[in-house]
Amino acid sequence: MSDQKTIQEIENEIVEEFSLFDSWDDKYEYIIDLGKKLPVLEDKHKLDENKVRGCQSTVWLVADSVDGKVIFKADSDAVIVKGLISMLIRVLSGHTPDEIIQANLGFIQKIGMTTHLAQTRSNGLLAMVKQMKNFALAYKIKNTMSHGERSAETKSN
Amino acid sequence: MIQSDTITKELDVYAIRQQFPALNRQVKGQPLVYFDNAATTQKPQVVIDALVDYYTNYNANVHRGIHTLAEEATAAFEASRDAARQFINAGSREEIIFTRGTTEGINLVAYTWGRKNIKAGDEIIITEMEHHSNIVPWQLLCEEKGATLKMIPQQDGVLLLDEYKKLLSSRTKLVSVVHVSNALGTVNPVEEIIKLAHQAGALVMVDGAQSSVHLDIDVQAMDCDFFAFSSHKVYGPTGIGVLYGKKQLLEAMPPFQGGGEMIKEVTLEKTTYADLPYKFEAGTPNIGDAVVLKTALEFVSKIGKEKIRNHETELLAYATEQLVQLPGVRVIGSAAHKVSVASFVIDKVHPQDIGILLDNRGIAVRTGHHCAQPLMHCFGIPGTIRASLAMYNTKEEVDKLIVGLEKALKMLL
Repeated sequence: MSDQKTIQEIENEIVEEFSLFDSWDDKYEYIIDLGKKLPVLEDKHKLDENKVRGCQSTVWLVADSVDGKVIFKADSDAVIVKGLISMLIRVLSGHTPDEIIQANLGFIQKIGMTTHLAQTRSNGLLAMVKQMKNFALAYKIKNTMSHGERSAETKSN
Repeated sequence: MIQSDTITKELDVYAIRQQFPALNRQVKGQPLVYFDNAATTQKPQVVIDALVDYYTNYNANVHRGIHTLAEEATAAFEASRDAARQFINAGSREEIIFTRGTTEGINLVAYTWGRKNIKAGDEIIITEMEHHSNIVPWQLLCEEKGATLKMIPQQDGVLLLDEYKKLLSSRTKLVSVVHVSNALGTVNPVEEIIKLAHQAGALVMVDGAQSSVHLDIDVQAMDCDFFAFSSHKVYGPTGIGVLYGKKQLLEAMPPFQGGGEMIKEVTLEKTTYADLPYKFEAGTPNIGDAVVLKTALEFVSKIGKEKIRNHETELLAYATEQLVQLPGVRVIGSAAHKVSVASFVIDKVHPQDIGILLDNRGIAVRTGHHCAQPLMHCFGIPGTIRASLAMYNTKEEVDKLIVGLEKALKMLL
């Protein structure tokens, strides 16, 4: 049994942390702080192809697969967006593609950040979530295919 | 006597505010401060009432109905055309075409006049400070026809007219220029641009989306060939606008869309088109909003553009004076002749962060590239924070903006 927290457990943690804040200023101060603390993405990843479309600010998102789990790294030139990404990474990074695809991310609404999920061009949280799920889906397909190849090899042997 | 003169010249902003119900609402628990007027203005009660009145009392399709409601709707619709003619001082009502807005007006000219008149090797000139709506229609046209699109450069928000003169040649067929920059507020010298273009034998289209609410528009004195503006930026409803074109040009242009309203007679072999302006108004128009445009234009004219302009200019000076005192603030565009737009950036801070934190205090500004990416590219910035002021904004609201910015900077830096 792994002692790793589930996506839902991490979401609950964030909701609980936010419940301590009395005002919107406090919430944003916390998000800004998270943004400032998010490790800077190396320049080699800051490529056009890693940009998330649909954000007013520039957002770079890269993913890697380690032991069947998806690891996300991201950065932005706007600090609030960076703070929001930081929360998404905390929730989703290090989980399997299936877990990521199925995550409902209800915490965003519960902490009052739904406005950032709106279908508008001015904020990119929705675009980021979509992109993270797309990466997970891509790794899922890749894993299934390489698994399929292996079974084919076994058969021919 | 002096006192009464002052009273008539000064706008009673608090009385004006009472006429705009949206200004009474709260945002994030705070009274709304609306500084996104270059995107769209709020609507006065008379405009809202006129829209309700139309749908309540005389909604009918225009022009062909023989019944009372159709006659009333037609009369109101055409009265609004007359009001629009007067608002921009066009020579005749045939020159006033109802559109969905400025964007459609520009597209109409590109599609009909452009397709008929632009050929391979021709040149169209725009400026570096255009809104995308005055770039893309011409790009599409040039691509289709093998023509070339050129841009008048700008420096620090001012068009370089000497460079413009060098661009003009016998190949130039059209100059399409923004009257007032939406991103910076710069008022461009359209009269001179038009004179030079005409000397070179080119026509001129003026994008009046931002100017029509602030400046006195006289298309005859300006001598532009086409002029487009939108109702919703002049305190009127969305979804309706006006394209002005010189009569002889409009008469020679092919129709834009085909359908009802725009025909005289249809047989399977041949259709003859309706007279101006109906040739360009296919299908049932946006009657309700067109009717109410008159109410909005009269609302503005009754208060008086000069009075509004004086108020807005004073407010802009007040805002600019305080903005530049904030650490790291740089106002973008230093044109001497500006309307009430304060566009600025702040060192080490992304405009979006400011926009989010101001909204959190009930203050609505616009952040981003303002649909003018080539201009932002010239300044080497991804976008600005834009506070665009209207007749109903106050110094107290500017103070709130400054406090909001100070608090945001404290949180961000």
